[in-house]
Amino acid sequence: MTVATVASAAPAASPATPRRVALCGNPNTGKTTLYNALTGAQAKVGNYPGVTVERRSGALRGRDDVAIIDVPGTYSLVARSADEQIAIDVIAGLGGEPRPELLVVCVDATQLVRGLYLVLQAQELGAPCVVALTMIDEAGTAAPEAGALARTLGVPVFPVVGRTGQGVAELRAGIELALKQPPLEPSPWRWQPSPALAGRIAQVRAAFPPDWPPSDALALWALQCVGDDELGHIPTEVRAAVAAAASGPSDDDEAVLGRYRWLDAHVAPLGARPPDRKLTDRIDRLLLHRVAGLAIFAAIMFVVFMSLFSWSAPAIDAIDAGFGWVGEQARKVLPDGVVADFVVDGVIAGVGSVLVFLPQILLLFFFLGLLEDFGYLARVAYLMDRIMRSMNLHGRAFVPMLSGFACAVPAIMATRTMERQRDRILTMLVIPLMTCSARLPVYTLVIAALFPSKTFGGVATQSLLMVAMYGFSVATSLGAAWVLSRTVKPLRARRLPFVIELPPYRAPRLADIVRMMWTKSSMFLREAGTVILACTIALWALLYFPRDLPAGAPDYDAMIEVATAQGEGGAEQVAALEHARDQALLESSYGAQLGKALEPAIEPLGFDWKIGVGIIGAFAAREVFVATMGVIYGVGDDEASLRDRLREEKKADGSRAYTPLAGLSLMVFFALACQCFSTLAVVKRESGGFRWPLFLLGYMTVLAYVASLAVFQVGRALGF
Amino acid sequence: MQSLADTGRHRPVTIDAVGGDRGFRRRLMEMGLVPGTRVTITNVAPLGDPLEIEVRRGRLSIRRHEAAQIRVRPAAP
Repeated sequence: MTVATVASAAPAASPATPRRVALCGNPNTGKTTLYNALTGAQAKVGNYPGVTVERRSGALRGRDDVAIIDVPGTYSLVARSADEQIAIDVIAGLGGEPRPELLVVCVDATQLVRGLYLVLQAQELGAPCVVALTMIDEAGTAAPEAGALARTLGVPVFPVVGRTGQGVAELRAGIELALKQPPLEPSPWRWQPSPALAGRIAQVRAAFPPDWPPSDALALWALQCVGDDELGHIPTEVRAAVAAAASGPSDDDEAVLGRYRWLDAHVAPLGARPPDRKLTDRIDRLLLHRVAGLAIFAAIMFVVFMSLFSWSAPAIDAIDAGFGWVGEQARKVLPDGVVADFVVDGVIAGVGSVLVFLPQILLLFFFLGLLEDFGYLARVAYLMDRIMRSMNLHGRAFVPMLSGFACAVPAIMATRTMERQRDRILTMLVIPLMTCSARLPVYTLVIAALFPSKTFGGVATQSLLMVAMYGFSVATSLGAAWVLSRTVKPLRARRLPFVIELPPYRAPRLADIVRMMWTKSSMFLREAGTVILACTIALWALLYFPRDLPAGAPDYDAMIEVATAQGEGGAEQVAALEHARDQALLESSYGAQLGKALEPAIEPLGFDWKIGVGIIGAFAAREVFVATMGVIYGVGDDEASLRDRLREEKKADGSRAYTPLAGLSLMVFFALACQCFSTLAVVKRESGGFRWPLFLLGYMTVLAYVASLAVFQVGRALGF
Repeated sequence: MQSLADTGRHRPVTIDAVGGDRGFRRRLMEMGLVPGTRVTITNVAPLGDPLEIEVRRGRLSIRRHEAAQIRVRPAAP
């Protein structure tokens, strides 16, 4: 079998375009630590186009002309979905990006054979490789001798301890040397395809378009991957050739077994002694114990939840107060009018509404980094798989969904801890159904205003209702996962094996965690924050303009001036007049006109136009509903008065406008509707396009409308 | 015919064949579960599924349903 290299496809490096080095390897091999050690502080973080996989690249420390591209962790280059395809795209230069000049493969010294499987695949593709042998401290005397391994593989091998930085300088020098030298002779294949398979390979390779390298290994890749796949940008002539070649499972047997046979014969003897797992086994006996393990799991999840829900509150309050103060200062400087209102209520409040997410994002990613690096997130998937998979969710979806009780924004960002796009998207789509903390003020207002404070079996009905709303949200989000995974094609559970690695426990490295917290927050501010800010300002304008008082309205400003002149005694009157003026202005705003236009649509749900305006305002953040209703009812931020007004509000025919049934309908609506554009902005960022946020908005709005309609209409028919 | 799912804890077995559809079995094999490989079930999750297995000096977790597709025989001591 001849080895056709793909090197000819690589363009000559010019000074302007950095020379590309791809860093790849199995998950849990210390690749992130090594990437951080090789690149230093700067890193460009983005998404691979069309998939929710993070794309990181950064300059090799001290060499601005060498870019290190971080390839997502993978066990094989074979791919079935678009996110798995990234590895082959980067390494073979298929996705429109130039092929890297060098591949650094991270191989865990304690998992030698499985790690080198990837090296063999890369070598078959003709990619020049350098092996970074990690975890040699952990392997101890079981670590293979680097020189012997290098001779066997025919590539340079550098032992490194990412944690201490030992060996990183040598690896860096090795990378620079490899880039200086002419490419090594491509390594031979370690197995011989049967004549039948060789024929199929030749047949497929002959059909490659000019922009595909004429490589046998790539033809084998196509034979294994194309057909019943979700891959992107596979040329139709390749698809046709693969279909005509009629490849089958026996081709996989040849390739996989061939590689493993060679590895078992030549490499396995080099790492003679099995690695020491005593400590990990001892910890696992406790953490995976039938009783103690589940109790510790509950305790850890409780800490994560409380940190997001309560412990982040002081920081959130401080940010709120800080922006309130900045707004006050701005009011003092700016003359009263549209500009001051825009700066204070639009821009300053808008920036505050973005930054207010940071404490929870930082805390969640601190815990996630800690648990992931320690090795516990893999155990979470192991412990929770039985429950989560009955809803077709990944076991790892547990932590993001739990975080959804605090806020959907950090929770959606946390879906990155799952490898598969399908799992991530499905989890993102159901997280917004969890009762986030922003819904609580709405529920509190509605329950306190509209439901009698009776007791039921010794428990206050009002508390029972609140608990019921939590239960409702858990049921709907799990139910939605079940339904979506059975009806929406890209979310269908494929019969793919659930194989997760349970890595040895390792001490987390704070520097890596802090770096991830920084990356996540800056990315949120840059990409989602700008969208949230723009939406907040647009919403402010909707509820602010046109700023015309209705004809015949009293001249509030003049009356306020008169009352102000009375000093202390007129303060109450001033507040009342200001509330009346704000109420009149809001009532004439475009937002209120929209609410009135919507009234026929929401009336069957038990809502009037005022609730409609509150719902529109709640898109900025659900708790804003309370403030908007305060303005509409001319009571400002006095919640007790607002409750009274809601209770006393009458319809034209004199009946109560908001019955307990209407209140229940409203709470169901808030539980199910995705009226939060911060959530939508983050889903857009995390899913890499408008498709999924629009789907999310659509399905949740329909769900909320239908459910509220059913509650109100059925309730009324039953006589409530 | 014995499957990995029927195997008791801490009883080393050798893989004879991996079944299931093409993508499924390829994934299992690429993770090192190829015929001839020695596997031991080391633990069962508290809720009864999935299983923790030792294979090629590492620990993996697979579901019972998947383990049922792997045919095994008792390993030579």
